[in-house]
Amino acid sequence: MSGNEAVASGAYAAGVRVAAAYPGTPSTEILEELAKYGDIYCEWSPNEKVALEVAIGSCLGGARSLAAMKHVGLNVAADPWMTLPLIGVNAGFVLVVADDPGMHSSQNEQDSRYYARMAKVPLLEPADSQEAHDMVADAFALSERYDTPVMLRLETRISHSRTVVEHREERMKIDLPYERDAVKRVMIPGHARLRHPIVIERLADLEREAESFRFNRMELKSSRVGIVTSGVCYQYAREAFPEASILKLGFIYPMPEKLIREFASHFHRLFIVEGLEPYLEEGLKALGLDVVGKSRIPREGELNPTVVGESLSELIEMDTGVQGGGWSRPWHETEAGMEWQLPGRPPVMCPGCPHRGLFYALGRCKAIPASDIGCYTLSVLPPLEGIDCQVCMGASVGMALGLERAFASSGVNRAKAGSVVGVLGDSTFIHGGITGLIDMVYNRTLSTIIILDNRTTAMTGFQDHPGTGRTIMGEETRALDLEELAKAIGVDSVRVIDPWDLTETEKVIREEVGAPHTSVIISRRPCVLLERAARDYYEVDADLCNACGRCLRLGCPAIVMRGESAFVDSELCAGCSICFQLCRQEALRKVTPDG
Amino acid sequence: MADVILAGVGGQGCVLSARIAAETALSMGYDVKTSEVHGMAQRGGSVVCMVRWSEEVHSPLISSGSADFILAFELLEGLRYVEYVSREGTAIVNNYRLDPLPVLSGDEAYPEDTLENIHSVIPRMLVVEARELAVEAGNARAAGSVLLGALSSFLDFPADVWEESILCLVPGKAREVNRAAFMLGRKTSARM
Ligand code: SF4
Ligand code: SF4
Repeated sequence: MSGNEAVASGAYAAGVRVAAAYPGTPSTEILEELAKYGDIYCEWSPNEKVALEVAIGSCLGGARSLAAMKHVGLNVAADPWMTLPLIGVNAGFVLVVADDPGMHSSQNEQDSRYYARMAKVPLLEPADSQEAHDMVADAFALSERYDTPVMLRLETRISHSRTVVEHREERMKIDLPYERDAVKRVMIPGHARLRHPIVIERLADLEREAESFRFNRMELKSSRVGIVTSGVCYQYAREAFPEASILKLGFIYPMPEKLIREFASHFHRLFIVEGLEPYLEEGLKALGLDVVGKSRIPREGELNPTVVGESLSELIEMDTGVQGGGWSRPWHETEAGMEWQLPGRPPVMCPGCPHRGLFYALGRCKAIPASDIGCYTLSVLPPLEGIDCQVCMGASVGMALGLERAFASSGVNRAKAGSVVGVLGDSTFIHGGITGLIDMVYNRTLSTIIILDNRTTAMTGFQDHPGTGRTIMGEETRALDLEELAKAIGVDSVRVIDPWDLTETEKVIREEVGAPHTSVIISRRPCVLLERAARDYYEVDADLCNACGRCLRLGCPAIVMRGESAFVDSELCAGCSICFQLCRQEALRKVTPDG
Repeated sequence: MADVILAGVGGQGCVLSARIAAETALSMGYDVKTSEVHGMAQRGGSVVCMVRWSEEVHSPLISSGSADFILAFELLEGLRYVEYVSREGTAIVNNYRLDPLPVLSGDEAYPEDTLENIHSVIPRMLVVEARELAVEAGNARAAGSVLLGALSSFLDFPADVWEESILCLVPGKAREVNRAAFMLGRKTSARM
């Protein structure tokens, strides 16, 4: 099972009745798997803050509850997260957060462990899928015993690694009565002042729990090398230094001080193997221990056995006298013969992607586009170079407003004030763009917002959202009407276009960007990966093609220049026709496959 | 035991092939770990998956220079990840080129001699026309199963255990095509 599947399976066995999330790599499959059981209420929430709030409500209502998100999602949910520990729980509450060291599919690589420390919430970290599965049950038990939310931290190599899991089939039944307790659950300052000391006091009890947690493990081998680690980094350390002694922690906030001191007593110094920030290192240094951590192990990027080996082998060799500390350098670093320079292969928008036509047209309009996060962010690369700036989901609306205000009040940039555009997806508009749009109307800006409505949450793997008319459980539901919503907010002009029609797309963008009012353009065309039916494709007539390269400006991976003419790979082509619309030689021809 | 790298381009089916190999090793009674790629990288980017089986496996990530096999779904990607393979390992390479964006846009050139370069560092190399064989089996998208077939001929897992995994993990109509593709791949290594 993958770590995500294991969390779902553990949550099912633990009797979770309500689970909420917003999709985000690498956490997405947790909710998708939970939804398959059918007897757990699961929802895609509009964003992570709502997901957390739903789970707070349901845990107070007596149902074991789980919220799942990626690291940056917790930023969105941080407001309820910081006050939840004060009110505590009724039935258990577990937050599952998946970090993404190395940023395989994220805009930053923040370390979520600090969110547990900041909120004074117990933090568990599994080292494989089996532990992920088992820790969910422990987390719920802790949550109820100490009246606190519990955080379970995963990372990409836990979430998306498959390891063998023995799982429980039977399901616990937890159904607690709801009783009003306003002093505990209504955080007016007078109540919150009463609650905060309780949160601090229970940390001592939680530390006792940490001392005896079943997934802390001391492996005493070498008497010279002691490593402290947790999570998947334990596996890397074990692999790189099979002879080392290791204290592998599973309960990392509060930290088990006695256990750590006992382990430390065997060694004159300790090595800390952890990815991202020096979280464990700071904890051990606060205990006054002599440790080596981030002075050797990188603070950015993803660890793996090679990086761990490379970082520590020299010091461990000094301590043990064993060459390389038992770790050997890979051949390609010591031998010649690997000097070739290879072109990168960044991800690209699919052939036929509806976003391609939109960004091509936007580029011709010389707009200044702020963007947020989705497949369309990939348009930043040549040849489209479609966006200028991007931070997080929904942010492009507020950023467009800010850009416009800066330009309008500027001497040097004044001419640009009329060309600002904010682009974002349908799902991310609902996630975080709506309030920004209200701001634009309220504060009378003239910019244009383009909603790239591909009818799904594509980048994370095609999840439904409030605009699709279907829930995670596969039920039909009301679909949010983006046009009506924009009108209700007070947007002056709302237009809908088909981005496969380049002429019309460009015309509407020019009109709306130039117009002195707030406008929303909805660029609507389903993601090409939503339906895989046999479709038309295009082919190039080599006699007509003069190799001018216009069609290559689209950056469609299905078109390549082969010698004296362009060539379309019929298997990749999705038949969107935009290259055909660009070609002046009429060299492209539509082919309809038979059957 | 074996450590296998699967390198290719998002959308080529590396993740599915990795799962099939893992399922097979699991059926053979091994401890198995894999690491997969999801999210942004799947949009036509460079993708690497890893599968490891042994009595006990620790890291889901394979150490550089130590893999027993690489299944290269594409030439450039095979060369990119060849450093993961041990000098005594085996490279199984699909003779198939897919131009990445910097090449399509004319900013960079596709490297010449990818096969020769892989061969120069990994002497045990099997070149497979996986795409043609997959077409022969019924669908170009089954190239991953051809490569698995080639891999299977270096391992002592019975063919029917592989087929079980294929039938269990490949959805719907594609099952039979993938099984046929696997069998074609399994025969190719005789030509090494
Ligand atoms: S998955 Fe859909 S939205 Fe994303 S790049 Fe491909 S076609 Fe475009
Ligand atoms: S080759 Fe042309 S028609 Fe086919 S997907 Fe690419 S742009 Fe669209």
